[in-house]
Amino acid sequence: MSDKRLTFKKRLHILKHHYRDKKMAPAFNAIHTFLFSPDDTTHSGAHVRGADDLKRTMNMVIMALIPVLLFSMFNAGYQYYAAIDAANNVPRELSVWGNFLTWDNFWIGIIKVLPLVVVSYGVGLLVEFIFAVIKGHEVEEGYLVTGMLVPLIVPIDTPLWMLAVAVIFGVVIGKEVFGGTGMNILNPALTIRAFLFFAYPTWMSGDKVWVYQAVERTGTADAISGETVLGALAQNNLAELNYSISDMFFGFIPGSVGETSTFLILLGGLFLIFSKIASWRIMLSAVIGSLVMGYIFNLVVDFGIISEASNFYGLMSFEYWKHLLVGGLAFGIVYMATDPVTGSQTNKGKWIYGFLIGFMSVMIRVFNPAYPEGVFLAILLMNVFAPTIDHYVVKANINKRLKRFKNATILPKDSDGKAEELKAETV
Amino acid sequence: MALLSKKDANLIKDPLADNNPITIQVLGICSALAITAELKASVVMAISVLFVLGIGNVVISLMRNIIPSKIRIIVQLIVVATLVIIVDQVLKAFAYELSKTLSVFVGLIITNCIIMGRFEAFALGNGPWRSFLDGIGNALGYGIILVIVGFFRELLGSGTLFGFPVLGNPINKTGLYAFGYENNGFMIIPPAALIVVGIIIWVQRSRNKALIEDN
Repeated sequence: MSDKRLTFKKRLHILKHHYRDKKMAPAFNAIHTFLFSPDDTTHSGAHVRGADDLKRTMNMVIMALIPVLLFSMFNAGYQYYAAIDAANNVPRELSVWGNFLTWDNFWIGIIKVLPLVVVSYGVGLLVEFIFAVIKGHEVEEGYLVTGMLVPLIVPIDTPLWMLAVAVIFGVVIGKEVFGGTGMNILNPALTIRAFLFFAYPTWMSGDKVWVYQAVERTGTADAISGETVLGALAQNNLAELNYSISDMFFGFIPGSVGETSTFLILLGGLFLIFSKIASWRIMLSAVIGSLVMGYIFNLVVDFGIISEASNFYGLMSFEYWKHLLVGGLAFGIVYMATDPVTGSQTNKGKWIYGFLIGFMSVMIRVFNPAYPEGVFLAILLMNVFAPTIDHYVVKANINKRLKRFKNATILPKDSDGKAEELKAETV
Repeated sequence: MALLSKKDANLIKDPLADNNPITIQVLGICSALAITAELKASVVMAISVLFVLGIGNVVISLMRNIIPSKIRIIVQLIVVATLVIIVDQVLKAFAYELSKTLSVFVGLIITNCIIMGRFEAFALGNGPWRSFLDGIGNALGYGIILVIVGFFRELLGSGTLFGFPVLGNPINKTGLYAFGYENNGFMIIPPAALIVVGIIIWVQRSRNKALIEDN
């Protein structure tokens, strides 16, 4: 039989068998199962399996992220041209078909957003491959979602080599050292974000990084600026804030690549809830948590406890429900907090975990002007506490049942009088 | 080494690798995190601990038969405090800037678990020559980790080594900086040292499987 008659699948299969038990086996397996479903049949154990395996779960999350990614590519261009207009004092009216969904805008997205995605996936999967080969296990699907999340939570002008360094750090230190997918304590995407934030703060915060070319143009005649809503509020620049509520809700504002459109994130969140991929308890409680904290801050302002001169006035007086529309809060709640590996596992625990994420995100936002984007810190902190929360929830349940067991009356067979006595003793 | 018997040589060799005070016994972590942002500070700290531990071990070993066991901790503290004050004063006299960088951590050598640990575990039960070798070995084991951590943190965090710019000038954009390279601010903050120490532990254990505790 000549080689030409073999299909690609068959060749991969032969290659896989050829390299079986060799060092490179996991790499071939990964390519094989990524493209085709394997021929192997189950030899032992359970033969009935759910269709929603890890790969399917990951694909669902990626599907929920695709609209956000596409929107962010248009928004990248829109913010760029809007900033140029603003610098030249040209008035600009948003029209979805006129100047948002245009080829010019999308082109900026292609040259700026797409490379971030490619680098994130390329470097991350390479690290996964290397570890799979060294450790001799299958390549895990864990990076599929992380690789899509990472480009969406960084500023658009993040240099690619920085992203690559951060991805290596995040995948190795955030995940592989703990034993790979499913064993990590911290969300790998947020570990990458946190690394970037602390390593290269000038590229990750401030008023120049959120719009394409804003950094390069600083100090020149063509200087443009693209401050985020939160950044403006943190500096009490209330006057500069000229975005309408619908702009914030639909996402026509500057910010990290994919975090701006609360509307699409909401749709993605609903999709994840209805496909039972993500926990609605975490999402709902996180929303409640952020509303409560925001409302408390509003009350502080209403009762006149702080003056307008205070550093915190801008963010504290920001209406409580608007916190959900700006910055990365919505994105964090829907796609990050609900990570099934790093979040709480028990239902009660999920309420506590989610609530504290929302609560602390808004608190960090308001009280730390250096981190107007405190969502990632809040989620990472709660990632660390999630096992503790679960531990106490489980323990409380055990105690409750022990108590019930103690109070239970064991009715003796002969007389009622004796049963009464027994109850009196145990209670 | 003809100078040392094999048993004595192991006193120096062991703490350098398979019984390292930082990576295996996980002692002396505080100072390893705090002062390793610069290589120079790491080296000076390593030398200071070498001095204190080498001499301290000998002193304790010489006195081991006359120290009442009930107050031995106090005696050890007095010995180590005396030596630390000598180091502190020498640094202030001859390297004032550096002593300011090291600030409170020179004084805190007193509380470095490695030193009290060696006094308790070794010097109280062995002769002065062996105690001296043990002190030198452990201080070197401590120092080598400090220097490794300091090397990576200063190189990646500030782009310098011993204060000399080795990667180019970040302001004039020469060397690596001309290609858009930037210093990694994360390496300057103490948590980075924890991660670098963690990576050293990881590398060490994957090279020598005997070090992995089974549980």
